[in-house]
Formats: sequence, C-alpha cells, structure tokens
Amino acid sequence: MIEFEDVAYAYSGDALLSGLSLTMAPGSFHFLTGPSGSGKTTFLKLCYGALRASGGQVRLFGQPVETLDRDRVAYARRRIGVVHQDCQFLDHLPVIENIALPLTVTGQASPDQNANLTELMTWVGLTGREAALPPELSGGERQRAALARALILSPEVILADEPTGNVDWEMSQRLLRLLIELNRMGKTVMIATHDLMLIRAAKAQVQARVLRIAGGTLQTAGADL
Amino acid sequence: MILPRLDILKGALRRDAGADRVVPPAGFTVRLTLFTAAAMAFLAVFALALSLAAGRLADTWGEDLARASTIRISAPPGQRDSQTTAALRVLAQTPGVASARALTPDEQRALLEPWFGPGLPLEGLPVPQLIEVVEGGDGFDADGLRLRLQAEVPAAVLDDHTRWRRPLVVAAGRLRLLGWVSLGLIVAATGAMVTLAANAALAANAQVIAVLRLVGATDGYIASAFVRRFTVRTLTGAAIGAALAVVALLLLPGAQEAGGFLTGLRFEGWGWLVPLLLPPLSALVAYLATEAAARRVLEDLA
Repeated sequence: MIEFEDVAYAYSGDALLSGLSLTMAPGSFHFLTGPSGSGKTTFLKLCYGALRASGGQVRLFGQPVETLDRDRVAYARRRIGVVHQDCQFLDHLPVIENIALPLTVTGQASPDQNANLTELMTWVGLTGREAALPPELSGGERQRAALARALILSPEVILADEPTGNVDWEMSQRLLRLLIELNRMGKTVMIATHDLMLIRAAKAQVQARVLRIAGGTLQTAGADL
Repeated sequence: MILPRLDILKGALRRDAGADRVVPPAGFTVRLTLFTAAAMAFLAVFALALSLAAGRLADTWGEDLARASTIRISAPPGQRDSQTTAALRVLAQTPGVASARALTPDEQRALLEPWFGPGLPLEGLPVPQLIEVVEGGDGFDADGLRLRLQAEVPAAVLDDHTRWRRPLVVAAGRLRLLGWVSLGLIVAATGAMVTLAANAALAANAQVIAVLRLVGATDGYIASAFVRRFTVRTLTGAAIGAALAVVALLLLPGAQEAGGFLTGLRFEGWGWLVPLLLPPLSALVAYLATEAAARRVLEDLA
C-alpha cells in the first residue's frame, strides 16, 4: 500500500530523516513513536504525498510519488484517511458538512451517501451534534469528527497523527477502540503518538508493529513496548 | 495546461452548492470586489457613451458639414435682397451645388438664440443674410465660386467650413480614441483589482486550501470554488454598475432640449445594447484574473 525505500527528507538543506525503509502491508497496524520534533508528522506527510522525499522513493499504491502530479496525488489521497492532531476543519461549516467534505470534493454527495453519513455519525458517537460548528466541539468530539471525515470515503489506509493528544484517557481509549475496529475491518492503520500507555493498551488488543523515529532514522521498537 | 483550465472553467460555470460553501462566505474581499466591479462598470458605460457620442460627432462634422457651406451677404438693408437673389442665381449655375437656399428670419433667429436669447428683433439689427449651400456629386470649385461671387455679388462671402471643421473633426476623433483607451484601462484595472482581491482571499484561506487538499480535492476543484465566487461577484457588481449608469444616462437632459455635445452623451439605437456586454466582459476578466491568481497561489502552497 505504502512503501518507503531508503527515503530521506531534508528541509532547507538540513537532513531531518534518512534511510527510511518500510512496507505497510494491507490490513497491518503500526504505531510510530518518538520524541516531539523527531519527525513523526513529517513521516506521515511523506506517507500521503503532502511532502516529497529528497532522497529514496515513496510509493503510494505502487506508484512512485515523484511521478505523480498534484491531481494524481489528490486521487491517491482519497484512498488514505488522515486524522490530524489539530483536526483541521472548515470552521464556517457545521460538523456534518465537514465530515461529508470528502464526498463533496469528489462529487459523491448523494442520498445513499447521506445514509452512510448518518451511520458513521452514530458509530463515532456524534449523533445530535450534526449542526454544531467545529469550534463548538470538545476535544474528543473534534477527534471523532476528524476520524469520521477520514473514513467517509472508505479509505484503505488510516493515518492518525497524535489522535489522542488533546483528549482524556477515557476518550483516547474510545478512539483507540474505533481504530482497532477499523483495522479488523481490513484497514491499514498507522498511529503516530508519543503516548506509550496507549501503545501498550493497543498491543493487548491487536497485533501491532511499533516503529520509533530517533536521530532521523526509523527503528523497530524494543520488546518493552 | 489547457485541460486544467477547462476543468476550472467547467467548475466555475457549474452551480455546485458544495463547492460554493467550502470557501468562507464573508470577508472584506466580497464587498471590495462587488463595489469595484460596480464602479468600474459604471465608468465603463460612460466611457462607451463618450466614445460612441464622439464617434457620431466626428462623423457629423466629417461628413455632413463637409458637404455644407455658407454664403454670408453683408450688404446694406436696401441691397440685401438683390444681392441674395444674385448669389442664389450664381449658385444655381455652379456645377457641384446640389441646392442652395436663403435662411428664413426664424432660422437665423434660432442660430443667434443661444447667444442673445429668445425673441431677438432681427429686423432692427445689421445681421447678414445667410445662404445654406449643399454640395452634390464631387462638390464645387470653392476658389472659382469665390472669384465669381467677388465679381458678381461683391457683398457675398463664401465660408466652406474648412478652417474650423478640420480641427474639430480631429478633436472628436481624439475624444473617441480617449474613450476607448479609458475603456481599456477600466477593463485592465478591473482585472488588476480582481487579481489583488483573489490573491488576498486565497492567501487568507490557506488553511481552507490545506483542508481541501487533505481530503483529496484537486487543484481544479479548489481553484474553481474561488474562481466561481469571484466571477459571480464581479458579474453581479458589473450588472448593478452598468444598470445605474444607464439610468444616469437616461436622466441626462435630452439633446433636442438644450443641444450641444454634452447632452448627446448617450447611446443611440443598437448602442443601448452595448452596456449589456459589460457584465459578461467583466465576468470574463474576473474569471481569467482569478484563475491565474489561483494557479499561482496553489503552486506556491503546494
């Protein structure tokens, strides 16, 4: 699905990441951990084509990213659901329209899709909050809305960047359960987090591979996780 | 390069409620675009009216006056009628003169009315008799006619209007050119204004663009959402401005009431349809300007 082959990334001439090699197989579950500023978000952006590698090759669904123009990257992105730590909503649109945004931009809004939307709102526990504007939501509601938006196009891959960063433990467990459930449905999941307790809690429920970014390189985490 | 442009054009033309809503509706650029488009269209209508009126004036001075001359009979009252008759006889024998007639006292009074006011007692004033001469065919030999009048009608002076007609025709032509140049500048200024407003809107909505990209929107979709917004705004503003300008032109005093060039500053016949072209022209300029701005900003934000 997503493959990294000796990938490097430099910003303004400074090497941030180097020698990254990884294959995310269909249905796999990954955690990406590392200290703040280690490059977790940069790694995820490389995964969905928001950044281009300065060395090596990133392949999205078999296609080298450097060969894709911006439109083809957009098409590939429709197969990848992304959940950001800060969620990134259009604050002037109600929650339900934000969640339906991927349908809107891909011209798929239809009565059938509206039924899916209602089902999804129920699944993430946002029924009754459809008309609320994003600034009116709590941290947990925002994260669940972001997850619902990431799922509306039934993507094959879910990338979540610190999805539990702004929520309490109970809510982070709820979000984790949703992500594990998605993985059981066959989705490939990668969660970037520095929350080791979350990783340990997840490993008790799902077979997950834990990767750590340290010193700009990607390592497999030890047995302590 | 052409295919993405076509996508944006199709997107801009298609009414897509979803696309219309992804760009935040409020903002300074909304009022700025609407007002400037209206103001520019208002000015453009006047520039067009000026050009067309100047064109008509140049045609009038160039064509009609070129074929008309005047003979002035400055004789003592006792000889004026005989001199006039003699001059008309000479004119009747002159090749190239289609018609000639002495102006009536009422017509002469009307000519002097703008300067002396109505009810001028012409009989008590030493006003010369005027003869209007209309050329026919290739026109007459003005120098030959002058010599003959000098010999046979010493009180007659031929004025073929050449001295004052030529600079007026040149002035009218320049005025027409000025009108078209003004129109061109207005169109360019509209494009520049829309570009600035679109740049500001796109820069202010960098976060919106980032979200749209995150959920898989193509550049064409994003651009068309902004392009449509600015095109519709400009179309609306230009329609309002053009309508107000047409009303203002209709409220100008009629040309027949007061005469003169300024009161002729209006459209005639099919010319009244010309202002209808301004809103779509403005929208086209807005479309091209926003599309170029969107392409540039999306490239920068990539």
